[in-house]
Amino acid sequence: MGAERCAVVGVGQTKHDSCRADVSIAGLVREAADRALAAAGMVMDDIDAVVIGKAPDMLEGVMMPELWLAEALAAAGKPVFRVHTAGSVGGSTAIVAAQHVMAGIHKRVLTIAFEKQSDGNAMWALSVPMPFSMPVHAGAGGYFAPHVRSYIKRSGAPTHIGAMVAVKDRTNACANPYAHLHEPDWTLERAMESPMLWDPIRFVETCPSSDGAAALVLVSEDVADSMDVPKAWVHATSMRSEPTMFAGRNQVSPQAGRDCAADLWRKAGITDPASQVDVAEIYVPFSWFEPMWLENLGFAELNTGWRMVEDGVTDLRGGSLPINPSGGVLSSNPIGASGMLRFGEAAMQVMGVAGDHQVDGARTAVGHAYGGGSQFFAMWVVGAEKL
Amino acid sequence: MSDDVLRVRTPIGVDYGWTAGPRSTAYLQGLIDGKLLGKRCPTCTKVYFPPRNGTCPMCGVLLGDDDVEVGPAGTVTTFCVVNVPFLGQKIVPPYVAATILLDGADIGVQHLILGIDADKVRMGMRVEAVWKDSSQWGPTLENIDHFQPTGEPDVEFTDYAGQL
Repeated sequence: MGAERCAVVGVGQTKHDSCRADVSIAGLVREAADRALAAAGMVMDDIDAVVIGKAPDMLEGVMMPELWLAEALAAAGKPVFRVHTAGSVGGSTAIVAAQHVMAGIHKRVLTIAFEKQSDGNAMWALSVPMPFSMPVHAGAGGYFAPHVRSYIKRSGAPTHIGAMVAVKDRTNACANPYAHLHEPDWTLERAMESPMLWDPIRFVETCPSSDGAAALVLVSEDVADSMDVPKAWVHATSMRSEPTMFAGRNQVSPQAGRDCAADLWRKAGITDPASQVDVAEIYVPFSWFEPMWLENLGFAELNTGWRMVEDGVTDLRGGSLPINPSGGVLSSNPIGASGMLRFGEAAMQVMGVAGDHQVDGARTAVGHAYGGGSQFFAMWVVGAEKL
Repeated sequence: MSDDVLRVRTPIGVDYGWTAGPRSTAYLQGLIDGKLLGKRCPTCTKVYFPPRNGTCPMCGVLLGDDDVEVGPAGTVTTFCVVNVPFLGQKIVPPYVAATILLDGADIGVQHLILGIDADKVRMGMRVEAVWKDSSQWGPTLENIDHFQPTGEPDVEFTDYAGQL
């Protein structure tokens, strides 16, 4: 297709927490950006352009914050591009930043995504009454819980699968110093006793509300080759979307997600994802979405994703396809940043810099994000080698 | 420095107008008259209730002019039990929020299930609309207070699996 090669040469993130009262939004994004630049051995003056993303502005009530943030990022006078794709935005933003490089327009791009949930009220912002519908919605959990019920019914999965994923992700998060939740004491038995918030979703099976930001430095091949830092080469990217509501829509395994994954595998030259991918960070805000996305992504056949969970295939230690070694969205959810954290963790894994949550020998990794009513999808494959 | 200096709460409110367009106007007028009116796509023949922005999301064409009356009974395709309270919530938890495929419609609609214990609600359960007193009706689906079981046998999973 003539696209230039692109590599991630720096990944940065904040400590995620329920309330980062020590920083404003500007301070939050600067913290992540500074860490990404430091990892790349760069300063802001080295950067040609900035790509920024966050979930809907209503979450904090600050409209078009990218304008306010330009100076905080020392991006004034540089091209700044804002991306909007709801909860998938962190992934979409990283892809747009990569495309700035792959198109040959810029050589060094900084991309940042953030959310400061403590400044607003996401449950309120995601439960706006619509004039044509009944106000029974109850935030993201109320939206997704019926689809989880559909998955359980359709697949015949036992009811402890959601709790198993929750225990795994909360345990993984303890190895990640940036994760919001550090809760080492979860057992399957305790998790099964966690109260039902949106039945069939238990409290422990839900993500927290987090303040946090993520940033990546993406560069062209000639720049990357001149740098003596760990690199993650972007092998393939893909985005797809579909309407939230249409007759006969598959809301458990949306077609847009299946199409996006098929496109991703084709571009990356991957024919058997479960054996050719070493580790994947996938967007799992409610634990049941791990088996659901395993099927949607093509890692598992229809109705068998839960068996991979039950068999320990997705475990960080001993699993053949570790899922969410960082602890995932289930342990940190600064919504706008959550997709970029998945993409960034995938990069860290193939760079070999994931510390105590490093998957041994990771050479090929997937970052995945979804958003809206399971209608926006963004994915990338990164590798330790050039494709 | 105290927290209330570091962080201040400033509540805001927003009131919106919504231009319904002719097809959603027919739906809203139907609700005022105690009728559930959908619209059919002339291309794929699916019946949309509500007709939202007046177009078929898959075919990209205007829905037909003719009203298609749906319900008042339907099938629960899936649901959740909401146990969590939150700011601005209009219904006191716990309650069952269900997707109901009204008879004659091709897409589910969200509503409340009452008249049965929450733990007895089932996928495939047949339900019917319970309307508020007509003196309280307006252009809103809230004219239906809730749905309640009809007592008919449950619908087979395979008959509504394509709606999930």
